[in-house]
Amino acid sequence: MNIPQLTDFSEASLDAAFAEVRALAETAITAASFDKEQFRLEWLGRKQGYLGQISDTWLKAAPVEAKKLIGQRFNALKQTIEEKLAAETLLDSGIEISGLDITLPGTAQRLGVEHPLVKTMAEIVSVFQRMGYSVGLGPEVETDFYNFEALNFPPNHPARDTQDTLVVDAQDGKPLRDRLLMRTHTSPVQIRSMLEQAPPLRLVIPGKVHRNDAADATHSPVFHQVEGLCVDTNITFSDLKGTLDHAMKAFFGSAVKTRFFPSFFPFTEPSADVQISCIFCGGKGCRKCKHSGWIELLGCGMVDPAVFASVNQRRIELGREPVYDTARISGFAFGMGVDRIAMMKYGISDIGLLYSGDMRFLEQFA
Amino acid sequence: MDILTPWLRSYLPALSVTDEQLAEDLTLRGIAVEGTFAIANGTRYEMDITTNRVDAMNHYGVAREAAAIYNVPLAPLPATAPLAADKPGDSFPVTIEARDLCGRFTARIVRGVNVKPASGLIAEYFAALGQKPISGPVDVTNFGWLSMGQPTHVFDLDTLEGGIIVRRAKPGEKLRLLDGTEKTLVAEDLVVADEKKALGLAGVMGGWDSRVTETTKNILVEAAWFDPAAIRASSRRHGLHTDASHRFERGADFAAAPLANNLVTRLVVEQAGGEVIGEMTDIIIPALAAKTADRPTIALRVSEVQRHLGTTADGLGISESIVAQYLTALGCTLTQTAAGEYAVKLPSWRLDLEREIDLIEEIARVYGYNKFANTLPTFIGTVIELPHAEQEHTIRTTLRGLGFSEAISSTFCSAEEATLFTTASAVAIGNPLSAEAGMLRPALTPGMATMIANNLHRDVSTVRLFEMGTVFNGSTAEVIEHTGLSLGLTGSAIANSLYRAEDALFYELKGALEALLAKFTGAVTFDTNELPAWIALGRGARVLFNGQPIAVFGELSATEQQRRKLRQTVALAEVNAAVLLAAPLRQPVSREISRFQAVERDFSFLFPDTVRWADIDSSLRALKIPELQSIGPVEIFRDPKGKAVAAGTYSLLVRVVFQSTERTLADEDLTGNSSRIIAALTALGGVQRA
Ligand SMILES: [Zn+2]
Repeated sequence: MNIPQLTDFSEASLDAAFAEVRALAETAITAASFDKEQFRLEWLGRKQGYLGQISDTWLKAAPVEAKKLIGQRFNALKQTIEEKLAAETLLDSGIEISGLDITLPGTAQRLGVEHPLVKTMAEIVSVFQRMGYSVGLGPEVETDFYNFEALNFPPNHPARDTQDTLVVDAQDGKPLRDRLLMRTHTSPVQIRSMLEQAPPLRLVIPGKVHRNDAADATHSPVFHQVEGLCVDTNITFSDLKGTLDHAMKAFFGSAVKTRFFPSFFPFTEPSADVQISCIFCGGKGCRKCKHSGWIELLGCGMVDPAVFASVNQRRIELGREPVYDTARISGFAFGMGVDRIAMMKYGISDIGLLYSGDMRFLEQFA
Repeated sequence: MDILTPWLRSYLPALSVTDEQLAEDLTLRGIAVEGTFAIANGTRYEMDITTNRVDAMNHYGVAREAAAIYNVPLAPLPATAPLAADKPGDSFPVTIEARDLCGRFTARIVRGVNVKPASGLIAEYFAALGQKPISGPVDVTNFGWLSMGQPTHVFDLDTLEGGIIVRRAKPGEKLRLLDGTEKTLVAEDLVVADEKKALGLAGVMGGWDSRVTETTKNILVEAAWFDPAAIRASSRRHGLHTDASHRFERGADFAAAPLANNLVTRLVVEQAGGEVIGEMTDIIIPALAAKTADRPTIALRVSEVQRHLGTTADGLGISESIVAQYLTALGCTLTQTAAGEYAVKLPSWRLDLEREIDLIEEIARVYGYNKFANTLPTFIGTVIELPHAEQEHTIRTTLRGLGFSEAISSTFCSAEEATLFTTASAVAIGNPLSAEAGMLRPALTPGMATMIANNLHRDVSTVRLFEMGTVFNGSTAEVIEHTGLSLGLTGSAIANSLYRAEDALFYELKGALEALLAKFTGAVTFDTNELPAWIALGRGARVLFNGQPIAVFGELSATEQQRRKLRQTVALAEVNAAVLLAAPLRQPVSREISRFQAVERDFSFLFPDTVRWADIDSSLRALKIPELQSIGPVEIFRDPKGKAVAAGTYSLLVRVVFQSTERTLADEDLTGNSSRIIAALTALGGVQRA
């Protein structure tokens, strides 16, 4: 190959000469007969390489002040040619020139996984925190008083039957209200909170609860609830509706609708069950909502005056003011099963998986 | 319970809505229709009615709800009007001895019946309900039950010896019931008896010997009211849950007994022939009537209705006229006492209504919950975050960052595991789900060990789990709860050239605990005191936080490994998380980073096995070399054959980093520091290697 002749060593002349060399290289690389090894030998070979020859010739002839200009341009040209070569090679073989198989898996340290229940519970709690609710917690072993009596479940009341209770051993010697049991709902925390604080009150209560239920795909003796309580002057049933409608939209998206049905809970009156429009089909009806377009999600109601009466009574026993005056204040409470919501949200078919510690299950939530 | 719409509509002549619409409107008012099935001239509804509304678990009860919802008239219940005797005669003698448990008892004689399965409308309805007619008089009692929800009973009159006595059972008294079982009664059971013997378990089930059979000629019809608590206790005691007990234990209609008796008597004659003899006996205990049918009125203020219920979607609110209309339709009698105030006489069938709030609920219910507006309460107050929320979050995120996934296990464990995993006291459950769940868990490691074993048994060989949850100590007198934390790991430990492969799991767990505790303010030290029995000998440690024990960790002992059929090493940690939740989080402080070069120096020594890293570390720190930045082991080597390194000793490469914040270190600084380090290591019993 010929070595282009330089007319002078001005930058413009150098640029023109280098452009000429580059064009030659590109033509060679893109030619149909291109052979990588051949090209390397001819162009980049240490002794006989074309680039080396040009470099030697031009540098020899150049005045001192132009040597640097030529050097810079050579380096740039060499790099460009190398990159072109690399790109050609990659196109040919799919393997990068440096020898890395970029399709092999990376080596990041595996992160631990957030438990779907813990995550769901935290999300629900934070919806209510944003609405001005404080978090309340209570013990998992409760007395009959907090779990039943104060919540308007009188002794021998049929409603107690629905709450198959696990009890602590050897309680027979104690008065009924002091007997220890595994709380069957998070509602006792409502009572504990009202004993400690005067209204206004806004609480969201997450926690673990227990029932003496045989385990199957939808039942577990251990499960989780989030409960809420709002007490103030002038709290109405329409406020309860509005609050839950807002919370469900915040949690499931603004398209979700709610509807309320009369229900029965000893500690609320009026009581309601709440359904949300199916989050899978938008209410058109699908397998997940049993073709009804609705999914049952919450229980709620206005706090029964009998509950406020128990709280006042107990406050007096504790030497506190009976400040839950039903002539002045009212409130609402609501509760939901976190397990069911998590199962629905993630399509979990067996509640037992939540309590299995099975890595194959948990790692799906990574 | 099932409802047939033709039957229902027979009480609602003016009702014009479709069966489908009716089902939806009832459901939205809490009288839930769970399923609808077409029948010959209408629909069969499968109902799901909450147990507080036993009054509505029958056709007439549902009809009353519909009448209230649509504001249409409700026809009087047919066949319940007073019934004249066909032949004069003495009324049947009835004595109520248990005057606190039986409030009303009606009885009437029908003679000359010819028992055969029911026909006509009853048979037609039964067919639509999938119920087979058995014998006219019994079918009639079932029909009465389905119509109006009042249990009734028919006796074969000729098996009775003397008049009826309602009394408590004699202890040990035997009674064979309709289902053929023989029960031994206790003094608290209420029985319907004759002068010689118990005939039936009151309010629960009739007796075998006095039952109506194909050969029965003369009949006694009973309809009564029994005390809810007594019936509930009896039903539970004998494990008998019947339609009758279901109703009586939730409160039957005190006024319904004579109506039901008229209905059944009339229909028995219609179905089986015979003649009504004499007047109906109707014994009433006024004290119990006063508690039910004759309850005092309730004061209702329209302003309270509005204060509790709030805004309606149409903006009109609940008016006084709506209040009066709904309550009247439900069977209440309203007498105005002042402007916007009423004395409300309650219907005898609604024992669930006792207070003003109960009436407010009825108004909301009939109005329709979804016709109320969605409003938000205004709120002035402070939002309080839990004091330890941040600590809890830190524990979770740190452990996840270290590769541990969160798990939740059972709250219970076996007594055996409780003793194995902790020396702390454990509390027993009185009615455990199983023996394996007999105790409240006093530690989280039992559950963790189980979860890891389950993974291994499912061929999941690499496991990293943590659980944070409540653990329980104390006694059955007083249970003490605190938050615990467990870590568990097995399989492919993080490789580290410093440690032998068989020790890697232990050091990974130790590293995780160190990283976790480093998030909190407090001094962390380790020792091997008071380790529990589940930890393999020499393979575990105890962690102290500010001098107080906070955790134990180590490898599961060989015995436990074998008992659980585990073929690979499992390491566990039990942490008292309550201490961490109460501890302040470490507040990071930024220090200036030195501009001067750091210099590494390695020291190769042979040490006897008795010299531990902690000795080396502390003796070097005791030199108080100001430029000493860090000390660390880089290589540890033992030769099992005792050749390269003698048995009972190990070689150790210690790397020390010097750096000054003020200047570049001179050679003489480094030489001086190095010789002090060599001297200190030699003083520990080390021999410097070439
Ligand atoms: Zn759907």
